[in-house]
Amino acid sequence: MVENRPYLNVISHLIIIICIGIVMLPVWITFVASTHPIEALLTQPIPMWPGDRLFENYALVLTAGIADAGGVPVGVMMINSLIMALSITIGKIAISLIAAYAIVYFRFPFRMTCFWIIFMTLMLPVEVRILPTFKVVADLGMLNSYAGLSIPLIASATATFLFRQFFLTVPEELAEAARIDGAGPLKFFIDILMPLSRTNIAALFVILFIYGWNQYLWPLLITTEESFYTVVMGIQRMVNVSESLPVWHLVMATTILAMLPPVIVVVTMQRLFVKGLIETEK
Amino acid sequence: MAGVQLKDVEKVYPNGFKAIHGIDVKVIDGEFLVLVGPSGCGKSTLLRMVAGLETVSGGEIRIGDRVVNDLEPMERNIAMVFQNYALYPHMSCYDNMAYGLRNRGVPKAEIAARVAETARILELEGLLDRRPNLLSGGQRQRVAMGRAIVRKPAVFLFDEPLSNLDAKLRVQMRIEIKRLQADLNTTSIYVTHDQVEAMTLGHRLMVLNGGNMEQLGTPIELYERPATTFVAEFIGSPSMNLLDARVSDDGAVVKLPDGESWTRADGGGRHAGRTVTLGVRPEHFDITGGDDGEAHLHVALVEHLGADTLIHGHIGDDRNALTVRLQGVVTARMGDVLPLRVAAKHLHLFDPETGKRLD
Repeated sequence: MVENRPYLNVISHLIIIICIGIVMLPVWITFVASTHPIEALLTQPIPMWPGDRLFENYALVLTAGIADAGGVPVGVMMINSLIMALSITIGKIAISLIAAYAIVYFRFPFRMTCFWIIFMTLMLPVEVRILPTFKVVADLGMLNSYAGLSIPLIASATATFLFRQFFLTVPEELAEAARIDGAGPLKFFIDILMPLSRTNIAALFVILFIYGWNQYLWPLLITTEESFYTVVMGIQRMVNVSESLPVWHLVMATTILAMLPPVIVVVTMQRLFVKGLIETEK
Repeated sequence: MAGVQLKDVEKVYPNGFKAIHGIDVKVIDGEFLVLVGPSGCGKSTLLRMVAGLETVSGGEIRIGDRVVNDLEPMERNIAMVFQNYALYPHMSCYDNMAYGLRNRGVPKAEIAARVAETARILELEGLLDRRPNLLSGGQRQRVAMGRAIVRKPAVFLFDEPLSNLDAKLRVQMRIEIKRLQADLNTTSIYVTHDQVEAMTLGHRLMVLNGGNMEQLGTPIELYERPATTFVAEFIGSPSMNLLDARVSDDGAVVKLPDGESWTRADGGGRHAGRTVTLGVRPEHFDITGGDDGEAHLHVALVEHLGADTLIHGHIGDDRNALTVRLQGVVTARMGDVLPLRVAAKHLHLFDPETGKRLD
């Protein structure tokens, strides 16, 4: 495929650059907008280069928030988002690891039934079951709490299925060798299976963290107290302010801030993530 | 150290399939027993029952003087070497060997000493901090053995440990296993489908067929006096020729269907007039002989192995096809007819119905 034809090289690079441009342009405009005062954004032409209000804008949203949108500092919202995303991610990974372990390694009655029931919940994302879930959470008194934000989203058929498939590829002899070596079920799980699943866990962590961070509908429904607002729903509230114009420069600054944690997670875990997607452990 | 005793051991799977039909054997302390048979004969199942990886449906398994039927593998004081080695891929060789000791609460200093000692025996010293995926097949095999040896178990169990190695390495590791077992003098049970491995390694061999024990004995006993046609064909390479034949009415000669015959040693008239299956090993034929009591081989194909020559052909018509193995280079061509003699002591008679040996 890779041949020594210079013009092909040039063309493929050109295509890559164009694609990157298409993806990056909105991000760039967002960033530029977040560094200008509001007046600059309301007049033509829209600025294409960063302005001089970078620090002022960001300091303002992080600490004070936007008065018209309730005045919740973005810093607080980001911490809420972080707590929610981490709880969902860690909870999902922990529960699906254990569930997959039970389904693959233990013979109990209705084992396959359990598996298929879990599998079927793939067809029922949050949006579909939102009313009954809301009712349950409300009855349990978990509205306006971190528990309410994260627990209903923790169960994960996808992750359980993924771990199940991975566990099935682990040779049976490994479990037998561990039994002979005197490792009970718990020790085998912690000493052998978990380290082997390391790359899978990392890959899932990235995917699930972004999933958790980007939750919008659910936090919007169950939080009414401002101290529990998450940043993704917060942005929407900033845009929908009544009786005044949206403060675009601050909204854009918030957007940039909201994008940062997923980017950090992807960048730091990139190596493990890619390994998890391509590597088949021997 | 301890012996292993199986008493009428049976295995029935939940679906009703009976994999093991009442096996009785007493492996004495320090003995090397080889379980051998074709695939699906139940040899691995039997080994795994001793290991505690399969439940026992009937009978009794003793290690030393304890009945271990319901004990966990760990409590049986055994170590097992698997066909695919089953090394923990995320652990270094050192940790692979140390893991079982750690789980048993052996002090750190002693673990280090024992792993070092084992590594010395197996020449693994430079490899202890590597992971298994960086090792060659032979080295992995050694680590797997090291993991067994380091624990100083009462019994070693080997489940076809050499079948993933190439032919040359297999011969080398075979010798090494034999030497190690002799040095450590630990009771060992070894499963293989390779009869050469079985013959060279075992003090005694148990030949299994369809979950039944066909014969138990030393390699030479099995070679010289196979109890059934199954054992006769299984042990030895190329396998024993089995011919339809009939003992003459006076019991003195064995006749082949087309009238050719071989003289029996002190036949004494036993089985006179009986239809039998006649077994002769390829290497026991002789083509240089005189002229009485001979059969004639019609050569169909000649294979030169250097040290030996294999001649495939038939006696009389096509029915009694056989293989002859002669020492050195023998010039014979397709279509040649060779006089074929067998010393009387090399004639094995079997019942054609049951396959059992007739003495």
